Order: sequence, then structure tokens, then C-alpha cells
Amino acid sequence: MLKFIAKRLLWMIPSLFAVSFLAFVLIQLPPGDYVTTYIATLAASNEIVDQNTAASLRERFGLGDPLMIQYFKWIWGILSRGDFGISFEWQQPVSGLIWERMALTLVLAVASLIATWAIALPIGVYSAVRKYSIGDYMFTAFSFFGLSVPSFLLALVLMYVAAVQFGQNVGGLFSPEYETASWSIAKMFDLMTHLWLPVIILAVSSTASLIRVMRANMLDELPKPYVTTARAKGLSEFRLLIKYPMRIALNPFISTIAWLLPNLISGSVVVAIVLNLPTAAPLLLQALMAQDMYLAGAFVLLICALTLIGSLISDILLALVDPRIRLE
Amino acid sequence: MVDISAVNIQPDRAAVASQWQLIWWAFKRHRLAMIALFVTIAMYIVALVPGFFAINDPVLQNARTTFHPPQRVHLIDTTNGLSIGLHYYPLKLTRDPQTLATIYTEDTSRKIPIRLFGRGYEYSVLGLFDTNIHLIATTDPSRPLFLFGADRLGRDVYSRVVQGAQISLSIGLVGVFISLLLGVVLGGISGYYGGRIDFVLQRVIDFVLSLPTIPIWLAMAAALPQGWPATVQYMMITIILSLTGWAQLARVVRGRFLSLRTEEFVAAARLDGVSEGRIIFRHMLPSFSSHIIASVTLAVPAMILAETSLSFLGLGLQPPTISWGVLLREAQNIRSIATAPWLFMSGAAVVIAVMALNLLGDGLRDAADPYNK
Amino acid sequence: MSDIVPMTPRKPLLDVRNLVTQFPLRTGIFKAVDNLSFTIEAGKTLCVVGESGSGKSVTARSILQIIDSPGEIASGSIMLNTADGLSVDLAKLHPRSKAIRNIRGRDIAMIFQEPMSSLSPVHTVGDQITEVLRLHMKMTKAEARNEAISLLRQVEIPNPEQAIDRYAFQYSGGMRQRAMIAMALACRPKLLIADEPTTALDVTTQAEILDLIARLQKSFGMAVLFITHDMGVVAQIADDVLVMHHGVAKEYGPVEQIFHAPQDPYTRMLIGSVLKLEQKAEIRLARPPLDTSAKPILEVRNLSQHFGTLKALDDVSISLLPGETLGIVGESGSGKTTMGRAIMRLYDPTAGEMLYRKADGSVVDLARLEGAALKEARRELRMVFQDPFGSLNPRMTVAQVIGEPLLVNGIARGKELDERVCHLMEQVGLDPRGRERYPHAFSGGQRQRIGIARAITLKPRIIVADEATSALDVSVRFQVLDLLMKLQDELQLAYIFISHDIGVIRYMCDRVGVMYRGKLVEVGEAEKVCNAPDHPYTQALLSAIPRPDPRDRDRSRRFRYTEPATISSSPIKNGSSAR
Repeated sequence: MLKFIAKRLLWMIPSLFAVSFLAFVLIQLPPGDYVTTYIATLAASNEIVDQNTAASLRERFGLGDPLMIQYFKWIWGILSRGDFGISFEWQQPVSGLIWERMALTLVLAVASLIATWAIALPIGVYSAVRKYSIGDYMFTAFSFFGLSVPSFLLALVLMYVAAVQFGQNVGGLFSPEYETASWSIAKMFDLMTHLWLPVIILAVSSTASLIRVMRANMLDELPKPYVTTARAKGLSEFRLLIKYPMRIALNPFISTIAWLLPNLISGSVVVAIVLNLPTAAPLLLQALMAQDMYLAGAFVLLICALTLIGSLISDILLALVDPRIRLE
Repeated sequence: MVDISAVNIQPDRAAVASQWQLIWWAFKRHRLAMIALFVTIAMYIVALVPGFFAINDPVLQNARTTFHPPQRVHLIDTTNGLSIGLHYYPLKLTRDPQTLATIYTEDTSRKIPIRLFGRGYEYSVLGLFDTNIHLIATTDPSRPLFLFGADRLGRDVYSRVVQGAQISLSIGLVGVFISLLLGVVLGGISGYYGGRIDFVLQRVIDFVLSLPTIPIWLAMAAALPQGWPATVQYMMITIILSLTGWAQLARVVRGRFLSLRTEEFVAAARLDGVSEGRIIFRHMLPSFSSHIIASVTLAVPAMILAETSLSFLGLGLQPPTISWGVLLREAQNIRSIATAPWLFMSGAAVVIAVMALNLLGDGLRDAADPYNK
Repeated sequence: MSDIVPMTPRKPLLDVRNLVTQFPLRTGIFKAVDNLSFTIEAGKTLCVVGESGSGKSVTARSILQIIDSPGEIASGSIMLNTADGLSVDLAKLHPRSKAIRNIRGRDIAMIFQEPMSSLSPVHTVGDQITEVLRLHMKMTKAEARNEAISLLRQVEIPNPEQAIDRYAFQYSGGMRQRAMIAMALACRPKLLIADEPTTALDVTTQAEILDLIARLQKSFGMAVLFITHDMGVVAQIADDVLVMHHGVAKEYGPVEQIFHAPQDPYTRMLIGSVLKLEQKAEIRLARPPLDTSAKPILEVRNLSQHFGTLKALDDVSISLLPGETLGIVGESGSGKTTMGRAIMRLYDPTAGEMLYRKADGSVVDLARLEGAALKEARRELRMVFQDPFGSLNPRMTVAQVIGEPLLVNGIARGKELDERVCHLMEQVGLDPRGRERYPHAFSGGQRQRIGIARAITLKPRIIVADEATSALDVSVRFQVLDLLMKLQDELQLAYIFISHDIGVIRYMCDRVGVMYRGKLVEVGEAEKVCNAPDHPYTQALLSAIPRPDPRDRDRSRRFRYTEPATISSSPIKNGSSAR
């Protein structure tokens, strides 16, 4: 078991490097660089930047170096002193901008994950056990609907309903008085009262697909001989259901974390932009648009790293609950 | 074994039924999937010749019709005795004397008949020839019909949604096609050769699958220059979407290949002297093509959603290209949708298209293997 | 214990009357069990015997009301009479009622065919045994654990203190079935229902499990309802026998009567088919003796096939004469299937030679052939597979399956191909009018005929038949065996006939090789090896085969072969395990 975890952890190293390189290449892709964009912005407001200033700006940000050198400088900064570089646009270190937003992104993703599981698991089991009942049809209809509605559209509709019907603005994660306040119990509480809406929006589509997964898993397990064995022992239907098929159908369900987390984080990007949440997404979009490469790069890197850690956790959990993986 | 009783077909017909026939029989029993099939076919017909189904020129701006609300189409007219025929009434703009809010009322004194297969604006059919025949045409072009209302610039939302179907639905197909090429080639290599190649490709697939797609797409799409022509932009977006979409398909293909490689009938074919190429194309490919079709059908709606999300954020297709995602950008602003909730119609189109394709794919997947019941 | 059924005034333990179990289907109602009546006396064994689809398994499940959905008991009664004078009609109880749940596992317990899939893969064996004890006997955790260990000891599982915390996949096949038995017997049931409990096991393991059940039956004084398709097993263990066919009882009576005075033609056919395997086939008796001076058509020399550390074939040498049928017999994991596949070059042998003498007298080494030369050799060496379902591509018509070797080798096409296919189908006893049908329209026996037609398409000289009749019911098995021998006479074929069934080998083969753990331990005339073998392993194998005669029940002559001076791989592994 320890060997398995060690192997899995070791595998994280090349993966993280691949992700970091990918992030770096992606933010390098746009033609030109921040200075070009910067000059263009200034030119729009009729300010002229001479070539010398541009060159010195490039010099300062190390934009003249070859790609690989720039990459190693960047990654070394991150590894040695947690320095993600400087945000050109904000004129301050990236590390000062990202952590709170990343933390809120994580809170949102994990809360949605928990909500998704809590809803999808019982419904999936119910749908499989009562296959083709009215309830099953209703949940199936719901899951197809949930799969088909883009989460940002759901967010828009909810915002519309709240604005037109209730005259409320539901965006953001904090009430105005807490937005800039430092962390306190009251602020945490305020966060909780705002978090549920994006969580529900995000959970709808992932719940829908997870219900299908759990239902299919259960339908695979229900006709297995070990269920008949348990029945022949005299166990009550409910008890045997919980102990055997559900327990075993849970294993592939656990492995869904590996793709559910990337999906939730992906989905949260668009929803966060629509609802104007103070998570990583709106800042990432802004940084991408402005070619603020170190800021954008840090976000892409951290978001990807988060999903890699998610799949690591799911693999380890899977090995913990499934003796066939643990012992073979 | 084929469960003949389940497909309700006489044994004689089932005996000579090919794989596709058995799949079709199994699929037909799936009522929702059948409905989804018809909806999907209808949508793709619209996407093929959107001009024919549109009423007004989707790019025509009109300051006088800004946020014009949707109009009703009537069939029976009783104002002047009884007469039957499709018609509508122009809307009259009045203001509430107290609140000054705008109020639209039907001006029943001016009945405008609708002509089916009538003449309207000129459009091109698949770039082959031009025509101006439309399914629905008004008889009074100066008072146009707005089925789904008009947007900020007075353009007809209905015609724009119909026009948007072309880009949005085709981007799914093209993107999935590119993914499929990548997925089948890489998944096939991985599953067929096994060993070290398989190990490496497996790791790559796992890695790609663990990436959060939208941030990656955003970063890639942000790299596209804004000034590129619409067709190049379209191709680039589909390629970006396929770069992450292929992994799922590659995994499906690999799994099928691996399980087929150990099938006895494949070993038997090898002993029959069948060449490797013929084994792949005559024995293995037919055995999983139905599964591939099902997976592909399920991948198309994901692509459509992806394009919609990207365009909605302003990083996908750019106006004046018309796609459902571009149209939804109009609904981004809470004030716009508060005044003109009909801007959500393109969202409804997305939901219907994605739902139909999902149901269709689900039905196909259930019917894909008629021999393992 | 087999000769008389005691006429006690007591009520029988289980009295089934006019039982009808049906499955509502889209096309109508299918009666899996139709108007069935039988009784089981306390402490006795009733065997329900029948071929696949006879409804024997559904009968067993009806008693406990654990029929697979959508099956249900339509009418009839199942009276359970316990010693304390209580009677209850199980057919009247709701499948989910507390009343039936109290009977399941406590009064009536059940074991199944596939011990691996019948045990949960993610719960320890101990967990699954203690669960019954805690449920019905209201034991504490510690009591239940002690009891479970003692049960595992009773079913002869070594180191029960450790074994209790292991998972089913860490057990061997025989051990798993023992664990299942321990679980079933935990509450000392009055009736044990055993649904083909030894079918998935090797014959030596089967013998041990049968002994174990008999021993525990005696010491617990319990009745056994034993479902099987094997008349040999029936003869060895039954007091009474119920013969089923298509859901109805064909014959019901004491075992002595069933075997020595069968009334029903179907019963006679079943018994006849087992007795046939006691001797050589009639066709072979009529043949002139084999020319043993001829040069061998195939000579396998020092063949080894390793898969990683597993030596599936270890230095095997054997030869095949023209027109000869060479049997290869062994239990699962013995390497007999690997041998067939290695000869067909589905694997690349690790070491050794396979010298094939062509019709023109020249000799090639099959182990070294590649490309076109291998393809050419494979035309003359053909194979018939075990699984009549998996070995035919379900997406090709029968004509395409049979015609493919001709087509891809450029021998015939178009109309000529069609004519050849028709002729081949007639040769194997199939109606050529069905050639446009797909395999799914054919029964198992017919599918195996299609497989044989494909094998003889290219006028081969050697056919390797790997368990070619194992998947077939006995009634069909002989038709296929006789067809193979008819074709042998017509086409001068030499067969390598691989089987786990000594009876089939005795019926079919001239010579036989016995395999054990990748080695060929004995080769000789079939008659000699099958009746008076030299090697102790073959002797043990023969001793384990249940004799199809209830008058010949001597368990004492049975013994297990232990390899001299080998290191056993793991203390818990024993008996057969999955390949």
C-alpha cells in the first residue's frame, strides 16, 4: 500500500513539470508580449512610448531571453522562494494576488463536490433499485436536463429571476461591507450565505452526470451472484443493498473525483465570471486578455495542479477502499 | 445471445439480421431516443440551409426595432367574418402616461398575411447558388415579423438563432471529427500494439484527462489574434476544442481494441490466414464502430457547450460571426435580459440541441452491442 | 443408504407440490418450472439433474424465493416441516417478508456454482461468515469470529485464524467453495441447497468438495438438494433423483431405479450418454488398426512456453501419427490449452521444435516459421475452439465465416465459393439454406459444427480441437464427437484432442498424453492410460472421477496426488485456481 502511494506520489513530479511547462507555453503563445500590449494601450490614449523605454521594460521583465531560460527562471523562482513573478498590469508580485482567490476557488470546488456527491449518490442508487419507476423516470429526466444546460446559462437565468422577481443582486461571494474586510467569523458566515447559489449551479450539471454513473454502476452490480448470496443468507433488502452492491458500486464512483474536480473547476470559471465571484477565474480572464503572462501562468499552473492533486487523492482513496487494488 | 423476444421480431427475420439491423431494432424500442433522433435530424437540416428557415436578414440592423418584443402568429381571424390563414399584426408602441414605460399592443387593424415559401432577403444555399425563397415570408417587408423579438440593434433574434445553428452545430461535428481522428489513431495504436507504446500513451491520455479544460481553452483562445478571418477563427477554435477532446475517445478505442484482441474469433481469423489489415478492418472495426458512434454522439454536445462557453466569454468566435455562444453574449448584461428576456432564446436552442444529442447518444450506447444482452 | 427410501410416518422436511415458476416476458409468459412436485426427507440427498435450460436452478431458487427478476412463483406450495412440528408454506410468503428472511440462511442455506463471484470481492471471508451468525444466532462480534474460525476449520481450510481475514480473490477455487460451504452451514441449516457447486471446479477438487459435503451432511444430519448436470455425481451422492427437462419433471424416484431401471426415454438418453464414455466409440471399433510404423506427421520436441515466470509448458515432447487421434488431458492450469495454441503458433514458443511433415515428405519446424511459410502451414493445421459463441464473429454470416479461409487464401470466390460453402455445410450436417444467417440464429451444437466446417475448409491434415465439446450439453456432445470421427475417416485427418474429460478422451482417442503443471507426465495407449495408468497423478485423476453407477460408491479409493518434493507457492493455495 505504502509502495503504491509512493509510486503514485513519484508520478506527480513529472506530471507537475508537464503542467507547469504547458502553462508556460500557453501564456507564451500569443504573438507579441506584454510590452506590445502595453504600448498599444498607451498609444490608444495618445501617449507615445519610445523604443528605449520599450527595450528597458523588456529588459526588466526578462522578456528578451530565450523561451527555455525564461521558463527555468520562472519555475526556479516558484520552487525556491514561492515567487510567481510580477504582474505587469497590477505592478505587484503575483503571489500577493493569487492565494486568496485560489483558496476561494478551492472552497467553491470542494463545496460543489460534496454537494454533488450528497445528491447524486442516493438518487443514483434509488434510480437503479427502482429501475423504470416513476421516480427513476423523473430523476432521469432531471439528469438529462441538467446535462444539457450550460452552467453559465443557469447562472444567468437565476440572476434574471432574482433581479426581476425579487429585485436582488445575487452576484459575488460577499456582502459589500465584507468585501475588503479582513477574515473574521462574521465574514465566514457571510461567505456561507453567498456560497450556496454558485454551489447549486455548479452541482446541477455534475450531479446530473454522476447520477447516470451511479445508476449504471448499481445496475451492473445488482444482478451479480454475491447479491443473491447475501439474499440467501436472510439479510434484509435494505441492509444487503447498502453492504454489498452499493459498497462495490462506490469504487468506480470514487474514481470519478479524478474527472469531476477538473470539470467543477472548469465549470466554475464561467460561472464565476457571470456571477462576478472573487475566485481565480475573473482575474485569469482579465490577465489572459491583457497578456499579463506571469499572473495568467500562475493561475493556469495552480488550477492544473489542483486537479492533479484531485486525481492523486482519488487514486489513493480507491486503493484504500478496494482490497483488490490494495493487495494485488 | 440475441434476446429475440426483447426485440419482438420473428425469429426468421432475426436470423438473417445484420448487426446494424439488430441495433436499429433495439434503438427503436427506446422512445425518447427516437424523438431525439428526429429532433437532431431536424436541427441539422436547419443548420444546412438556415437562410431558408430564417425570416429576416439576421445581420440587418434597425434602430426603430430595438428590443422589439416577440409577436404572435395567428391562424383564425374573426375581425371581418371568419377567415383562416397564417397572419400577424404589427405592434404599436405606446407609453404609459404615468410611468412612461413602453407598452406594445397589437394593431389588429392591420392584418399582415404570412406566405409559406414566399420571397424574402437573398441568401446562399451552401455557397452553391443564391435564392430568396423562405419557408416563412411576410407580405409586408416594412413591418417585419419578429417571432422571438429583436435585440439591442433591432436585429431579428429568431433568424439569428436559426443562422447560429449552422456554426454551433457544425463546430461540434467538425471538432468531434478531429478528436475522433486523433483518438482512433492514438487509441488504436495503444490498444493494438500494447507494451511500452501503450504505457506511454496511457500516461499521456490520463494527463490530458486530468486537465481542467476551460482554463486551458481560455489560455489557448486568448492566444488567437483578434483580426483573423471568421473561417480561420472557426477552424482554430475547433482545433483547440479537439486538443483536449480526443483523450476520452482514445480511451474508449483503446479499451475496445484490448478486449477484442483477446476474442477467440480474432484468433480464429488469424489462423484462417486473414491479414492484419483485414483483421482490423473486417473483424475488429465492425465490432466497435457502433460503440464509437455512440461515444462520438455523446461527445458532440460537449463540444457545442464548449464553443458556447468560450464564445460567451468573448474568447471564442467573434461577432459578426453568428453562433449561439456569440448570441448569448447579448444576454450577458443583467439589464439587457431584464428588458428583453427573449434574448435567452439562443440559450434555449443550446439546451434543446444538447439534450437531443445526449438522449440520442444514450440510446445508441444502450443499443450498441446487440450480442451481449 | 441408497437402496430404500424409508417410509416414516413423519412429514417430509420439504414438500413441493405443483410448483409453477414463471417469467413474464414481452412476448408472453415463460414457465421455467411447470407443475413440479417432489419431497425431501430430513438427512437425505435429492439430486435434481438436467441440461441447460431445464429449470433446475430456478427450482432451487424458488424454494428460497430468490428468483431473479422478473420471475415469480405463480402457483403451487412449498411446505417446510421442521422437527418441532411447525409447518410453513414458503410459496405463500412474500419474497421480502421477515418470515422468509428468517428461514433463509438459518433453516435453508444455499451454495452456488461460481464461488468467486458469489462472494463479495471487497469484504473479507470472515466478515461474510460472521454476518450470518450475528444475524440469525444473535452472537456478539467475538463469539461470531470464534465460531467462524471453527467453521473454517471444519471445512478444512488451513490456518483458519489467518484465512478468516483474507479476501475471496486470495483463495483458490476449491478454497472459495469451502468458504461458501462454511458460510452456508454457519447456522446448522436443516436443508442445504447446492446449485452446481462443483461444476466450475476440477475433477479432483470436485471429489474433495463432494466428500466434504457428505461428511458435514452426516454430522449435521441435514438434507441436501443438489443441482447438477453430471450423472456421475448423481450416482455417487443421491438418495433420490429428479430428472428435469424444459421445466417439467421427466422422472422422479430412488437413485437405484433411475440408474438401473429408468422409465423415461430422456433419462435413458442421459444415462446412456454417460455410459458411452466408459468405452471406445463404435466408429473406432470398426476401424482397421492404425499404422504405427508410419512416420509421424507432427513431432513436438522439448517444447517450452513461458509467460514471465510461469512455465505454462515445460519441456514437452510428443508425436502424432497420420490419421491418429491424440488426446491431451489435464486439469485447469495444466498447460493443455497452451500446448494447442503453441502448436497453432498463436504464441511464439520459448524453446523447442515442432516438426511438421508435409504431404510431400519434407519437414518444417513450426516453431520457426514466419510470414508466408507460416500461413501455408496453417492451411494444413487447423483449430476448433472451445467456445462456440466467442469463436465465431457475430457480425458475419455463416457463409462468410466458413468461406473466409477460402477467400483470403485466394482459393475460391463468387459462385464457386458459394458452392464450396454449401458443400461444407452439408458435410458437417447443416442445412446450406441457412448460410445467410448469422451465428446468433444457431444453437451451441450447430455453432460448433460451423466451427468444424471452417476448420476443414482448407483440406487440412491436422486439426487441434481444444475442449471442442466441453461447452455442449451431453445430448449434443456425442453428435459432435461422432461428426469429428466421421470427418476423420472421410478426410484422413489427424486430431490433437484436448480435454479435461477422461471419458471423452477414452471415447475418441487412440493415444493420450496426461499433463500436469506444464509437464507431460504420461503418454500411452488411450485404453491403458484411461484404465490402468502408470503415473500416480493419472491414477489420482482417475480415482476422482465419479462413477456413473450408484452401486459403485467407494470413496476410500480416491486419493489426491501430491507432487514429490515441490515447494507449494502459498500456504493457503490448494486445489485448482483460475488460470
